[in-house]
Amino acid sequence: MTLTVHKQAPARLQPRPFALVRHSLALAGRSVTKTLRTPEQLLDVTVQPLMFLVIFVFLLGGAVSGSTGAYLQLVLPAMLVQVMLIAAMATGVNLSTDIDKGVFDRFRALPIGRSAPLLGSVLGDVIRYVVATASMLGFGTLLGFRAQTGLLGVLAACLLTMFFAFCVSWVFVLFGMVARTPGAVQGLSFLVIFPLTFGTSMTAPKGTMPGWLQVWLNVNPVERVMDASRALMLGGPAGGPVLASLAWALGIVAVFAPLAVRAYRRRA
Amino acid sequence: MNAFEAEGLVKRFGKTTALAGIDLAARQGSVLAVLGPNGAGKTTAVRILATLLRADAGSATVGGLDVVRHAARVRRLIGLTGQYASVDEDLTGRENLVLIARLLDLPGNQAKQRAAELLTEFGLDAAADRRCKTYSGGMRRRLDLAASLVGRPDVIFLDEPTTGLDPAKREDVWTIVRDLVEDGVTVLLTTQYLEEADALADDISVIDHGKVIAHGSPAQLKRIVGGQTALVRPADPERLPEAESILARLSGRRPERPGRGVVTVPVDGDAAFAEIVAALAASGITAAELSLHLPSLDEVFFTLTGQREAAA
Repeated sequence: MTLTVHKQAPARLQPRPFALVRHSLALAGRSVTKTLRTPEQLLDVTVQPLMFLVIFVFLLGGAVSGSTGAYLQLVLPAMLVQVMLIAAMATGVNLSTDIDKGVFDRFRALPIGRSAPLLGSVLGDVIRYVVATASMLGFGTLLGFRAQTGLLGVLAACLLTMFFAFCVSWVFVLFGMVARTPGAVQGLSFLVIFPLTFGTSMTAPKGTMPGWLQVWLNVNPVERVMDASRALMLGGPAGGPVLASLAWALGIVAVFAPLAVRAYRRRA
Repeated sequence: MNAFEAEGLVKRFGKTTALAGIDLAARQGSVLAVLGPNGAGKTTAVRILATLLRADAGSATVGGLDVVRHAARVRRLIGLTGQYASVDEDLTGRENLVLIARLLDLPGNQAKQRAAELLTEFGLDAAADRRCKTYSGGMRRRLDLAASLVGRPDVIFLDEPTTGLDPAKREDVWTIVRDLVEDGVTVLLTTQYLEEADALADDISVIDHGKVIAHGSPAQLKRIVGGQTALVRPADPERLPEAESILARLSGRRPERPGRGVVTVPVDGDAAFAEIVAALAASGITAAELSLHLPSLDEVFFTLTGQREAAA
């Protein structure tokens, strides 16, 4: 084996502007490629939403709304939010698995921003939200779901939900940095996801619930996003819930992203 | 000027002391081998020099730059190959290298070109577009080495680059290291094999329990640990005692029996070995195995520390 690896004068690499953005996007690309090559990692955003939809619509539809068709209209816009949050959860679990492998060491020994690998993973997982949205809306339409507001409304609902999930994913990233095993990350994340997504008017009207639960619904940010999603897809005043959702999303990311990055650096 | 330097590095993990104040240094364009058993602190030292870990005490510089204060600039000078081949299994060899090139700010077409160059140089052309999970251990190791060379680093850290490779693949890695040094790169190599350190290094630091217990050129070190060892395994196990007495007589040392049917003794040079071969032939002892080798890490440690369990 003969090598001429170094024969050329080493072109000293100069830092270029917007490094963090460029490096994060390059790493996000890596993450997307990996996801698309291991389709089994997409089960939670493809098959799982369909299962949820079938179970709830056919099990509870008749009892809650009188018919499965009417119930589907009510449950789908809200369940989109739940499915998206479950999709976001995987970011933390995957990162926890990934970081202990040597490849993150290599990234950290490169002259790139310390948080670039973390940002890359979080951005790359946006592909999971897109897949989850497509399978939810596609299958929902097959079952008979019809949006009442047109394409723009549906698009707005999807984008809002994705943005919210993206912001919340930093909570799961923090868990991924703090908990020791991927299993623990998952357990911890479900502890957060269940009360947040089921403690809503997703499956039943708020008025039928006991007072203490209605109080929870009033403060639960996920309830705001579900409200917004319903309004954007089915009609009704959307402004209030949309603004509340955006405010929550920004608040969550402002608190948890720095915490997650700090925890990541400490672990590194 | 030294290409890298570590002084009095101390690192503790909880109650375990990984490094108890070690000094390491290598001149520009030389190879420093850090020789030691598992858990001696080799990887910890490399990680501190490669800016991945902060020392609790002491200081380290690469290219004259402090690894803590100027971490970002140090990272432009170094390449790192970890103990376990750290390539992304779901990506192809080419994608792995292009990604690193992009992270090093090479523009798209240059990144592709650099990746192609390295793939060819490391004999990975045929496998370039296959996912790395299909690679053999040797191929992964080569890709891993290629990945650490993308940015044409001045200093390369190789953490046990040949552990787990068969002898032929090991020779490949040695050739790569020698070529790098020829091009003026400084190499820090950690290893568990004196043979490897002897083959590649200009200087060897032997470390144990986070301390440097010996330092010198391979020749100096071999003088301390008694040079080479002759090993004889008679084809007829009954004749072992006879072989043992021949070894004792010719070497003037007390032979050892490290395993069943085998006897070994330290010898002073190739000539002594030739005498042994002749003497065995003269007494009609045929050998199933007859070899001359450098002391194992175990033997080095026995000599340096007087403790047999040190390298266990």
